[in-house]
Amino acid sequence: MPLAADLRDVSFGYRPGQRVLEHVDLSIEEGEFVAVAGPNGGGKTTLIRIVLGLERPTVGRAFLFAEPAHRSSRRRRVGYLAQRSEPGGDAPATVSEVVSAGTLRPGALFGRMHGRDRELVERAIARVGLSDMAHTPVRALSGGMQQRAFIAKALAADPSLLVMDEPTTGVDAESQESLAALLDELHSELGVTIVYVSHEFGAVEHFVQRVVLVRRTIVFDGSPDDLPGMWHDPSHVHV
Amino acid sequence: MRLAFGAGAVVGVLAPAVGFFLVQRRQSLIGDGIGHVAFAGVALGILFGVSPVLTALVAAVVGGVAVELLRSRGGAAGDQALALVFYSGLALGVVFVSRAGALNVNLFQYLFGSILTVTRGDLALIATLGAVGLASVALLYRALAAVVLDEEGARVAGVPIGALNIAVATLAAVTVALSMRVVGILLVAALMVLPVSAASRVAWSMRSTLLLGIAIGLVSALVGLTISYYADLPPGGTIVLVAAASFGVGAMIGSLRGR
Repeated sequence: MPLAADLRDVSFGYRPGQRVLEHVDLSIEEGEFVAVAGPNGGGKTTLIRIVLGLERPTVGRAFLFAEPAHRSSRRRRVGYLAQRSEPGGDAPATVSEVVSAGTLRPGALFGRMHGRDRELVERAIARVGLSDMAHTPVRALSGGMQQRAFIAKALAADPSLLVMDEPTTGVDAESQESLAALLDELHSELGVTIVYVSHEFGAVEHFVQRVVLVRRTIVFDGSPDDLPGMWHDPSHVHV
Repeated sequence: MRLAFGAGAVVGVLAPAVGFFLVQRRQSLIGDGIGHVAFAGVALGILFGVSPVLTALVAAVVGGVAVELLRSRGGAAGDQALALVFYSGLALGVVFVSRAGALNVNLFQYLFGSILTVTRGDLALIATLGAVGLASVALLYRALAAVVLDEEGARVAGVPIGALNIAVATLAAVTVALSMRVVGILLVAALMVLPVSAASRVAWSMRSTLLLGIAIGLVSALVGLTISYYADLPPGGTIVLVAAASFGVGAMIGSLRGR
């Protein structure tokens, strides 16, 4: 299978001498459902930012769909849910406005939204069950519903790769279960590659094909079934 | 007076339309800073006998773009660099004006506005640049709104964030230079920020915040001018006080509605 993401001997620090990640080799095939887990501060978010081209490796190389990650032409088909998402700005942005932001890409920056983008927005909102609240300000919704609105924003990019960073933070158990079911549906029905980043991955453990544990480097990479018992809570992982 | 109303209407619409994006990006005071740099442009124009509006426009655009480039570096150092640009602009203005021997009433019309002295030529310039500014806002709205909502997401999609940010800085600079004759350099930022802040207290979406902000800006300019005419008050200050009152009303309605 072609690779969605490929990190080759990547090391990274935000300032000289600092090592947030060391000698990371990671290949994610198109169509995989991968959980990236590990303790807080272990480098999960940094690893994902490198995969997405938001940071460039200090050492090593990062590829997204076989092109250098920071200038990959297929970045426009990446749906990204950042950690602790909330709408920027002061204005009361509605669900529909937030989700519409997911359709922005080079080549579709100016003027009004076209028919296909409108359709993608409506479909994404429907998929997360917020059609009745499309015109409600996001800040007026519960934490779980806000998160669903941001997931819809990621889906509106019509993604071939969906990356979610701690998507269940501040979300109740019921919403976590429905998120896991939605991701399973996207993966099995649409073949979307999913990278699910979390310090715990209980809700999706039954759906993921592969778990990658990160603590400055990759300390485990394999099937969830092969995880040693103590590692099912990755916050306790020690190098 | 008809020319004054025309200029007031253009600025009343354009200032909040551009200010909307500054407020959403929590850069409400950038307009004020660009005004400081525009002051250096005015002074340079007076010193060399060139149109101060033109030199202010050039200085404001250069200052606005410089501010955006410094801001994008972020952190405390970025913040201090902004202060350096703003205050250097103001200081340069004072030195140039003093050198030109123009620390007088002539200078006051740029600091506090002089809408009643707007000529047909001024109005034509204000209307033309105002129309270009509004058309740019309409064209860029989708992209700018998306960047406001999720800058990181837009960056992942490969959207040219830097170019869009520079476009906003340039629009802000043009607005400052155009608004100078209406409300004055010292009060320009108020007309960019207060109508939008008032609107966001009562609006129900991003788009309605923008449109309501523009409506409040327009009404503030026209009502402020009318009051200043009948009460013999300075137009610039009166327009901004009406905008400030609209913010008070907006905040009151917002708190009654529990926002």
